[in-house]
Amino acid sequence: MVEHGDIRVVHCGGSKINFRDPVITHDSRFLLCASGEAVKVFSTSTEECIHELRGHTGLVTGVLLRPSNHLQVYSSSLDGTLRLWDFTDGILIKTCVIGYPIYSFYASDKHENVIFIVASMPKRFQLVAVHLPQSGDQMVEAQELSAVLSGVNPNPAAIAFGRGGEFIASVNDLQLEVYFFKKQKSYRFFLKEDNKKGGWNTFTCVACHPKDDCIATGHEDGKIRLWRNFNHKKEYTYSTLHWHHSTVSSLCFTPEGTNLLSGGVESVLVQWRYNQESERDFLPRLGGAITHITVSPDGSLFCTSHSDNKITIIQSCVKVSAVIQGLVKGDSIRTDLMMDPRSKALVLNGKPGHLQFYSLQRDKLLYNLDIVQQEYIHESGLQQFEVVKAAFDASGSWLATVEERHQKAAELELNLKLWAFDEQTQSFVLNTTISAPHDAQITAMCFCQPTDSQTTLLVSTSKDGHFKAWQLAAPAHTEGPSWLCDFVSAYHGLVPECCSFSADGSLLAVVFQEVVTVWSPSTWELLTTLSQPPGAVSDLCFGRLSCSKYLLGTTASNLLCWNLLTCSLEWTTSMDVRRLVADPLSENMAAFCYQSGSTDLFVFKPSEPRPLFSHKAVCSGKVTQAVFAPREEMLESCEESSQWLNRSQLYFLTQQMDLMTFTTKAEEDRLLASSKQLVIDDSVAMTPFYLLLGKHRQQQQEHQDSDSSLWAERTALPQTSASMKELLQTPAHVLPSTSYLCSMFVQSLLISVSDARSAHAEEEMESEKEEEDSEEEMESSRSKPELAAAAATESDTPALTKAQARELRRVRKLDHSWLAGLLDS
Amino acid sequence: MASFKPTKIQVYPKLGEKVTQDTLYWKNYKAPVQIKEFGAVTSIDFSPVTPHNFAVTAFTRIHIYGPFSQEPVKSFTRFKDTAYCGRFRSDGQLLVAGCEDSVVRLFDVSGKVALRLFKGHTKAVHLTDFTSDRYQILTGSDDYTCRLWDIPNATELTTYTEHTDYIRCGVTSKLNRDLFITGSYDHTVKLFDARVEKSVITMDHGQPVESVLLYPSEGLLVSAGGRHVKVWDLLKGGQPLVSLKNHHKTVTSLALSSNGQRLLSASLDRHVKVYNTTNYKVVHNFDYAASILSLGLAPDDASIVVGMTNSILSIKHRKNQEDSKEIAGQQRRRPSYRVFVKGKNYVPKQDDYLVSKPVKEHLAKYDKQLQRFNVSKALDTALGTYIRFRKPEITVAVIKELDRRGTLKNALAGRDERGLSQLLNFIIGNLVDARFTPVLVTAAEMILDIYQSVIGQSPVVDRQLLRLQDLVKREIEFQKDLLEVLGMLDTMFASSLPRKEVLAQFYRPPLGGAVTSKKLNFHS
Repeated sequence: MVEHGDIRVVHCGGSKINFRDPVITHDSRFLLCASGEAVKVFSTSTEECIHELRGHTGLVTGVLLRPSNHLQVYSSSLDGTLRLWDFTDGILIKTCVIGYPIYSFYASDKHENVIFIVASMPKRFQLVAVHLPQSGDQMVEAQELSAVLSGVNPNPAAIAFGRGGEFIASVNDLQLEVYFFKKQKSYRFFLKEDNKKGGWNTFTCVACHPKDDCIATGHEDGKIRLWRNFNHKKEYTYSTLHWHHSTVSSLCFTPEGTNLLSGGVESVLVQWRYNQESERDFLPRLGGAITHITVSPDGSLFCTSHSDNKITIIQSCVKVSAVIQGLVKGDSIRTDLMMDPRSKALVLNGKPGHLQFYSLQRDKLLYNLDIVQQEYIHESGLQQFEVVKAAFDASGSWLATVEERHQKAAELELNLKLWAFDEQTQSFVLNTTISAPHDAQITAMCFCQPTDSQTTLLVSTSKDGHFKAWQLAAPAHTEGPSWLCDFVSAYHGLVPECCSFSADGSLLAVVFQEVVTVWSPSTWELLTTLSQPPGAVSDLCFGRLSCSKYLLGTTASNLLCWNLLTCSLEWTTSMDVRRLVADPLSENMAAFCYQSGSTDLFVFKPSEPRPLFSHKAVCSGKVTQAVFAPREEMLESCEESSQWLNRSQLYFLTQQMDLMTFTTKAEEDRLLASSKQLVIDDSVAMTPFYLLLGKHRQQQQEHQDSDSSLWAERTALPQTSASMKELLQTPAHVLPSTSYLCSMFVQSLLISVSDARSAHAEEEMESEKEEEDSEEEMESSRSKPELAAAAATESDTPALTKAQARELRRVRKLDHSWLAGLLDS
Repeated sequence: MASFKPTKIQVYPKLGEKVTQDTLYWKNYKAPVQIKEFGAVTSIDFSPVTPHNFAVTAFTRIHIYGPFSQEPVKSFTRFKDTAYCGRFRSDGQLLVAGCEDSVVRLFDVSGKVALRLFKGHTKAVHLTDFTSDRYQILTGSDDYTCRLWDIPNATELTTYTEHTDYIRCGVTSKLNRDLFITGSYDHTVKLFDARVEKSVITMDHGQPVESVLLYPSEGLLVSAGGRHVKVWDLLKGGQPLVSLKNHHKTVTSLALSSNGQRLLSASLDRHVKVYNTTNYKVVHNFDYAASILSLGLAPDDASIVVGMTNSILSIKHRKNQEDSKEIAGQQRRRPSYRVFVKGKNYVPKQDDYLVSKPVKEHLAKYDKQLQRFNVSKALDTALGTYIRFRKPEITVAVIKELDRRGTLKNALAGRDERGLSQLLNFIIGNLVDARFTPVLVTAAEMILDIYQSVIGQSPVVDRQLLRLQDLVKREIEFQKDLLEVLGMLDTMFASSLPRKEVLAQFYRPPLGGAVTSKKLNFHS
């Protein structure tokens, strides 16, 4: 067996976006969040992912805006580096090697060039101040490390800066520690382990008031404590707020300090008025449990991360304005991985009681289908309905789902639901609900996939020993067609484990432990039984296309292949196959075998003795879920080893719930090329800086239009636009700092005030205000400067007015200075 | 932010017939008027002329009722013995009736004494009718003969002796004065032609014939006898068209609705069935208190009159269209309704710009309380009198929802004597309903757990607990019996199946439900 170098196992999208608290930029237009080994930049208005800042080689553990430059962002990672990015262009500016895995990090305005990181020193976690070296190199190593606090919590919510960096508060277990930088002194406050009323005082999170000396801490029993007077060891006081019924997982003050936001398992965002704590606002039913809350620097947007891999953007606690939803991966996926035949989306369990449709091509959640249709109660330890099985028919017009709820004392509650695809709404609509379709849990379910016949058939097997066939009954005169039970059967009281229809729908195979029974769905006659002891058959698959005479089964120790024409065993190999999947578009089958701690993959045709492809140690742990996803366009790979990937792509879930896939080298190259092109396109996108420039140019343009006698204006234009063009095309990381550039531009904007036509300038200011109101207007008029520039080159240069000359000079100076700056760096 | 999802009320399949146009039509009758007669009502005949009085033959009398009278407008009592088959002539002036004493009597509807007596039969006469020329009378008797009589002379014209058993029914043609049909207990229905003086068609019904009926076109003949109703095509020489077997006792009487679209049959099994005459499917069914001997349908289906063996005459009048309209009109005039629809029925004009207002979702009261986690209040609301008695499925759904939220115990606890007895009453009333059992058993167990410390303090609650205990005991016995029956049935099914090479057990459930539903169907 040969390892194939050009086929690689890669992570495929759907990484967590709720791992660490997201960051909203100063202009509230972008949202940055850590996502796996990258930082994702989302637009807050369109929910689209604009950039992915890639470069870290470990899990990204934190994102922070650089306090001194709001267009740059730091990220930390478990690979022991801090990286500085320009998020508008998606460019890596600097990498700082720390050497220790960073669990979380903090920065504040008062401490320039100092970053506080939480790193795992021997034995315990420490908060360490890192002085960033001031060199122009891309890669620097931080040497100046000094420990601030030891024994801190690696959870990023457990440490917060107070009053703009005067002190730092850290909570761990039952202790609150406040460290004052000026006095170089720390105070510790302890709570009793357990008070009498059954509360748990353990600290979970901390937040500091931005203006006031007040620290808010969240606790496991749902209480929030507001600490004051903590700069004295003895005279500290605290008041308690209680609304949450379980752990407070996140706390956040608004920038002005007027409100305190808190959230927890209940999925309710609570807004407390500071100093009037009896007044609260609630925003209920946001989704999964709230894990992080952040507020934009101007206080206009709130954003909550949820345990179901979702970020909600809220406009000042009244309205949800956007939802960024990632692939939801719970603790276990009870349904198989499936492909929706219509949308070609991956379908699996999502939020509790939902099925999620996830587009693999766009790495985006398409929609959630509410299966259970009941109010979800956010309370830990409560048994609720779960979607455990789902199946699509071949054309994607029917979806069958099974939901169950199992309580200890009561009997099993089971619902089988059938959903019809509605062409008008383009989603599934509930057609039939069958409560208690079986007496015990349903083990497998599959649709018959006939190509021509009109009747659709669903077979479900259950632990009660029966399997049932469900058929779409003719429409009654009042309501549409609904599903009815057509046939019930059992075999020697054995428990059926799985079932499968042949590709043409003429045969049904049902596994009863060691025995495979083959039925004819048209007459419900038992045709034959196949058995190959020892060991129960756990997975069953009919061959496709030219291999349709084969039936494959897996037992704990063997992979079996029966020939259905002779009803005898064709071949068998000894391997522990955990999952067998058939490619719907070819004869290929993929078998995931578990061997000594890791999983191997074999791709084979049932008719051929040699596997097409094998890959040792695809991942550690067992693979129990996999699916072939048909490609949108076929690959044209002619290499023998990668031909099986031409028509469809194989996705699988590892034990750690990572979605993986196989790619070939050619495919990766193509992807890379397309992504590069995308970056160039994006650089022309509206950045705040561009807006500023564009406005300036536009203002000049309007000036001309309003006063046609001033032809002289036009001469200034070519030069300014050239310099601006240069400015825009130069990569951001080689530009001088924005604050420097900005002041120049503000100066350049101010020229007309000193002018004789000051009245005219006022008008412009007004128009500018209007422009700020509507972004659309600005975009529509953006094309104007280019036209003007073209016109200007043609025209002769008339005499300059005094003011124009001065401006021209200033612009020249400007041009010069930034070039000088470029040379310096 | 998703909106609150209301409690899901389980929809249970409705038992009984589906609502169709026919059910609506045949249900549109008022409550029946019941009149006690002197004996079993053997015949009902409507007068062909308005006001469509009807003659009711019962024991030794014939009563004539007006369309809306509850008292007879006229009665003929001059019978020596039981009278049979009082029939009107087509002008409604004359009435003929047979009698147990073999004499046939002809009455003037306005008179009292018989105008003519026709003597000649030797046994009871069960069949009398006028021919379509109005001058002759057809009679059929238990002496196996049927005869034609001339009215003016009161003389016998012809005797037909082709039947070999009692003649109990017959009908004359409305279109031809020479044709008539008789049905006999010798299982045959014969079509006679007076011109050839013998039967021209003989049809074998297979059972003693109790009633025959001609379609208005007289191409089709319906005969009833035994449990069967048979339809014959006379134009094809008496070819059987269809055989209906929808009664489980002898069918005694037949009637045709006024438009000829529906056929009614009455039987000793106390049912009247309505058939569609195009596909001969039963479209409606009436239940009566006793075995039915005679059935009459007024023109335009204005009333259904049924005579029964317990000598009760039941008259159902059709509801008036105007009556129902008036009620609806009154409802529309109510002020609250006007307030409710105010502005809602405004239709926007073509150029109007529609500003949609967010639709406020309406939540039931218990849902509002559940939304605020007021679990006890929600349960109280669901136990309100109207919901508890009229819509127990809502109460059960709320209990189920509380159980799902894990707060059922909290909701059940802390009730006083009145609240607890109300709750227990509901549980006792619905516990054995198969649809509610799983939910209510959980609730009952919780109640016992919570309130076991206060048992013995209130006689009301104690009595209810004893009732509950008794109920559960009986139900367990019942289930045990049913399981035994199921076991027996399984053995029978297994033995009736042909032996197969590979043993597998099959059965097709009749409905969409599971095997459990089959088990539960027995007592529902």
